Amino acid sequence: MSLLKVDNLEVSYGLIQAIKGVSFTVEEGEIVSLIGANGAGKTTIMHSLCNIIPKKAGKVFFDGKDITSIPSHRLVPMGIAQVPEGRRIFQELTVFENLKLGAYTRHNAGEFAETLESVYERFPILKERSKQIAGTLSGGEQQMLAMSRALMSHPRMILLDEPSMGLSPLYVNTIFDMIKQINSEGTTVLLVEQNAKKALSIADRAYVLEIGRISKSGTGRELLEDDEIRRAYLGD
Amino acid sequence: MSFFSTLINGLSLGGIYALIALGYTMVYGIAKMLNFAHGDIIMVGAYAIVTTLGLGLHPLAAIVAAVIVCTLLGIATEAFAYRPLRGASPLAVLITAIGVSYLLQSIAQMIYGSQGIPVTLGAFGAVSVFGTSIQISSLITLGLCVIIMTALTLFVNNTRVGCAMLAVSEDKAAAQLMGINVNAIITLTFAIGSALAAFASTFYLMQIPSASPTLGSMPGIKAFTAAVIGGIGSIPGAMIGGILLGVIEKLALSFPALAPYTTAIEFALLIIILLVKPTGLLGKKRREKV
Repeated sequence: MSLLKVDNLEVSYGLIQAIKGVSFTVEEGEIVSLIGANGAGKTTIMHSLCNIIPKKAGKVFFDGKDITSIPSHRLVPMGIAQVPEGRRIFQELTVFENLKLGAYTRHNAGEFAETLESVYERFPILKERSKQIAGTLSGGEQQMLAMSRALMSHPRMILLDEPSMGLSPLYVNTIFDMIKQINSEGTTVLLVEQNAKKALSIADRAYVLEIGRISKSGTGRELLEDDEIRRAYLGD
Repeated sequence: MSFFSTLINGLSLGGIYALIALGYTMVYGIAKMLNFAHGDIIMVGAYAIVTTLGLGLHPLAAIVAAVIVCTLLGIATEAFAYRPLRGASPLAVLITAIGVSYLLQSIAQMIYGSQGIPVTLGAFGAVSVFGTSIQISSLITLGLCVIIMTALTLFVNNTRVGCAMLAVSEDKAAAQLMGINVNAIITLTFAIGSALAAFASTFYLMQIPSASPTLGSMPGIKAFTAAVIGGIGSIPGAMIGGILLGVIEKLALSFPALAPYTTAIEFALLIIILLVKPTGLLGKKRREKV
């Protein structure tokens, strides 16, 4: 049974249908990438999976349970965390408060302290700046904070929306290393990226999204070597 | 009247404005709407006090009744009038709030008539401090306002739910992704704002002991002005704006030459502050997010 199963998802903005029947699966333990050009509908899919925007049709199953219309705030305790596009950290709150909000649905103080410690171990800079207002962090640090905040809920699956957007090449590498590490520690990853080369190179499997439809799928390696993909997304 | 007693009176009036302004500013910060029916919640609180006292109960019971009635009314207006309009145009929400305001005033007029009903919450008298006579009701108001506002500040800044309120006010979608139930937070905000309004109506009746259907209009508008002066959406801003407006009002009233222009002076202050700092004293520029 797939951990996440998306079945014929359709999403509309008014009369414009942005997602026209998309189906894909993510197996437990995988990294699955969704690549595509600007406007292909990647972020729309991410928002609709968590019911930040409503679905027009289709079904979504998580661990066999129908989560199609479960409100977003109830998905977190089920084990789904999302790092939204543009990071969306709480700029006016401190780094620590952001992390605390990430663990909003967990009530065990001991577990909270343990997860916090592991986050601080991974990113000592967040510990150093724990009392600093999050809006004063650099873009790369904010992305680390956003990902750490999502990990604070101890998710089974993490949805990452454009984590490398607007970051320097150095930070892009750090972020992709972190994704691999999170995955190796047992968290399933669904990754949406414009940086197709990076996204395909760490993915077990990937789907190519073109104006609201999936046009191709395969293992990360297959797609990296696909001539059409190379021309369209990898700049070769 | 000495400057000192004017100042105390101004601070206590300012405390009342601040309590009401907090309701405007918190609802604006969290639900991004201007709840123009907020002033009328004060009026309903005043009638709750009138009714409870009419049953022969103790003034403290009347205050408790006002808090309960106002809190439930705040929750109900949000659930029935505003929640169905979530995502509708801001103008639709605004006109609905004005509609709720007139609805509450009309219901009050049907039940209690349009004449003012005298209310006595107790005889407080005056004390002599530094050789000037100070109204005890002003001191009680001032003291309780300080306690209530301190408690609110501690709640918002130091509790898990308070932190969630700040998160919702900054970014609703991101807050949902943290597992925060945004609707529950909005309900809580209306409940807190309305409870504060009930305290405001108690203190208001201690100064002007008469309840009428339009009782909430002027303090409502003044407190809204205070919230905008302080920077709408900012909790400390509402406190500062309210106190500032109360002190200026009492100071202006204490000079015979200025007294007739008191309200004009207050609104002129609003215009000047918005010209110099359009976001209000403590307001921040917000980036609009999807």
